[in-house]
Amino acid sequence: MKVTKRTFDAVIVGAGGAGLRAALQLSESGLKTAVITKVFPTRSHTVAAQGGVAASLGNSEEDHWHWHMYDTVKGSDWLGDQDAIEFMCRKANEVVIELEHYGMPFDRTDAGKIYQRPFGGHMSNFGEKPVRRSCAAADRTGHAMLHALYQRNVRANTQFFVEWMALDLIRDAEGEVLGVTALEMETGEIVAFQSKATIFATGGAGRIYYSSTNAFINTGDGLGMAARAGIPLEDMEFWQFHPTGVAGAGVLITEGVRGEGGILRNSAGERFMERYAPNAKDLASRDVVSRAMVTEINEGRGCGPNKDFVLLDITHLDPKVIMQRLPGIREISIQFAGTDPIKEPIPVVPTCHYQMGGIPTNYSGQVVAPRGSSMNVAVPGFYAAGECACASVHGANRLGTNSLLDLLVFGKSAGETAVEDVKKSTKAHKDLPQEAIERTLARINRLDTQKDGADAHESRLAMQRTMQNHCGVFRFADKLKEGVSKILDVQKDVQRVAIKDKSKVFNTARIEALELENLIEVAVATMISAEARKESRGAHVRDDAPDTPENPNGRDDKNWLKHTLWFKEGNRLDYKSVKLTPLTVDTIELKKRAY
Amino acid sequence: MDEERGARLRRLRWHCRRALLELDLMFQRYWRRTGDDVDAATEAALERLVAMEDHDLWDLVSGRRETDDPQLKGMVEKLRQV
Ligand SMILES: Cc1cc2nc3c(=O)[nH]c(=O)nc-3n(C[C@H](O)[C@H](O)[C@H](O)COP(=O)(O)OP(=O)(O)OC[C@H]3O[C@@H](n4cnc5c(N)ncnc54)[C@H](O)[C@@H]3O)c2cc1C
Repeated sequence: MKVTKRTFDAVIVGAGGAGLRAALQLSESGLKTAVITKVFPTRSHTVAAQGGVAASLGNSEEDHWHWHMYDTVKGSDWLGDQDAIEFMCRKANEVVIELEHYGMPFDRTDAGKIYQRPFGGHMSNFGEKPVRRSCAAADRTGHAMLHALYQRNVRANTQFFVEWMALDLIRDAEGEVLGVTALEMETGEIVAFQSKATIFATGGAGRIYYSSTNAFINTGDGLGMAARAGIPLEDMEFWQFHPTGVAGAGVLITEGVRGEGGILRNSAGERFMERYAPNAKDLASRDVVSRAMVTEINEGRGCGPNKDFVLLDITHLDPKVIMQRLPGIREISIQFAGTDPIKEPIPVVPTCHYQMGGIPTNYSGQVVAPRGSSMNVAVPGFYAAGECACASVHGANRLGTNSLLDLLVFGKSAGETAVEDVKKSTKAHKDLPQEAIERTLARINRLDTQKDGADAHESRLAMQRTMQNHCGVFRFADKLKEGVSKILDVQKDVQRVAIKDKSKVFNTARIEALELENLIEVAVATMISAEARKESRGAHVRDDAPDTPENPNGRDDKNWLKHTLWFKEGNRLDYKSVKLTPLTVDTIELKKRAY
Repeated sequence: MDEERGARLRRLRWHCRRALLELDLMFQRYWRRTGDDVDAATEAALERLVAMEDHDLWDLVSGRRETDDPQLKGMVEKLRQV
């Protein structure tokens, strides 16, 4: 079947911080640029970011990009690539000031400079003491960032395709990426977008977990599309969890609640953190608290009919303190947990928050994959940035506020590289291979004609429960093994999901089924990568890889200082080395990660 | 229901996909409760809510901010029903 074709110099999938920053680079250079997005740009998940964006501006006290680099390498538990990390930390001031010039309303000091706050893990003088490095716009940093970038893109004539869903990458026999197929929600029509540069900025896939702080839109579409086109996914075993998401809903309860005196309790009412962290107790670091919670639940001391959560208790606090210092928490608890925290404790579980892995790229934003004997060969015409990409700057664990920075730095650099590549190329657009388009049409057709299929909602739940129970914040060899076979079973169901509604216009059932096909790729990649990595590092913590003198924190650099690559075909794993050599400074040498 | 209205309601449902999980959950709960049983007045009120910025909308439905607008007020109350 023939589909309509639209031709551009560059096509960007995604209009969050990373996509809009990349688009700006392309449009302002005069290239004909399209941005495809499932939702209106300023409804992208970047809006949820409140904490801020990191840059060593040194406005409030002395700071240096080299210190920021050290913190990021250490935060990553040495799995981050040191060339990319140096690149990001050195570029931070430039991209933040640029954003200020685009009209971003940063909070200011009395002297009129960008005001900076401290944030977990960001230190001065190579880990000595906390430093003020986070730049914020009240509690709406992500929102303000998107507005500033969107306005600027409108001015630069970026062409937006809003409420369009990209479905598959178009890649030819030589491996070159030539664009994407996409579905226009308003009409149900499938269109081929032809481009010399295709940039993915589709965000994370946090919805693979049952408990997730991510909005429903985060379905890992970019990762699914890349995987189906034969591109590996890197370091998918690394997911950051937040200890206190409302059980059953995922909505985040900020650390501030424990800061104000909130106490975690098990089914016996015991303040169990006293056993795990006698000094810091409930204020111990995120991973320590999360692990303690999971241990309580696993050992049968969880609460509720299924004993699957613990309680965050603030009933002993003065209601006035709750209302004044923790606004919004009471409402969140009433709305999503059905309890008034003034009278009853809040049910909480460790909750998936951020995806460290993704589509492998270098610091120029080019997607890279193994070819012959080389592990990092650029895929022609293909670029990625933001949470869907793995540059890799976050390695095994991301520092707060480094993600918004990642969007700006790598969005811009992917854009710059694409501009260079497009301007260099003298050839016309290559013809689109019909087989690639047929693959998309076959997927849609299968959905429309599937008889006696599986239910999308049930399959999604099965996937989310499997991920939560078998590949959560604290991992066990036997559970991971079992998890692999379970998730592969769920995948079989997803492959035969059927939808009842066959309408064309805004068929949300079809869209959700297509999203599920992407989520399941990410879930399978995560489970298989996690089962295989037999050490603890950063956010990947295994019960059978404990803290020992030869492997501090369970980290095994001798065998596992390497990036995982998962390939969809045959669920094959491969590994590539971590780049330990920065661009200009000395390597930050391996040591135990301790704060 | 005629196809045109059906399509309009499906579009409205898609516009309930938000940037904040809190809002996703509230809209999901609302639609689960009502199904397609949405009259024209409710539809109009919902259209106005989904056109708002996410943080403003959350301030409203979480009670941090009030509105005097009777149409919005009524709709916000429905969304808040646990
Ligand atoms: C509650 C919360 C708070 C956070 N706070 C902070 C913080 O303070 N600081 C920080 O640094 N980080 C924070 N993070 C992380 C950070 O917000 C995200 O990592 C980041 O915003 C992701 O941006 P992005 O541009 O990669 O993707 P997103 O903003 O998620 O955008 C993805 C875009 O891709 C589009 N898209 C996806 N799939 C398709 C498709 N198939 N077809 C067409 N379009 C598609 C979407 O429509 C959207 O426009 C927070 C995260 C959460 C959940």
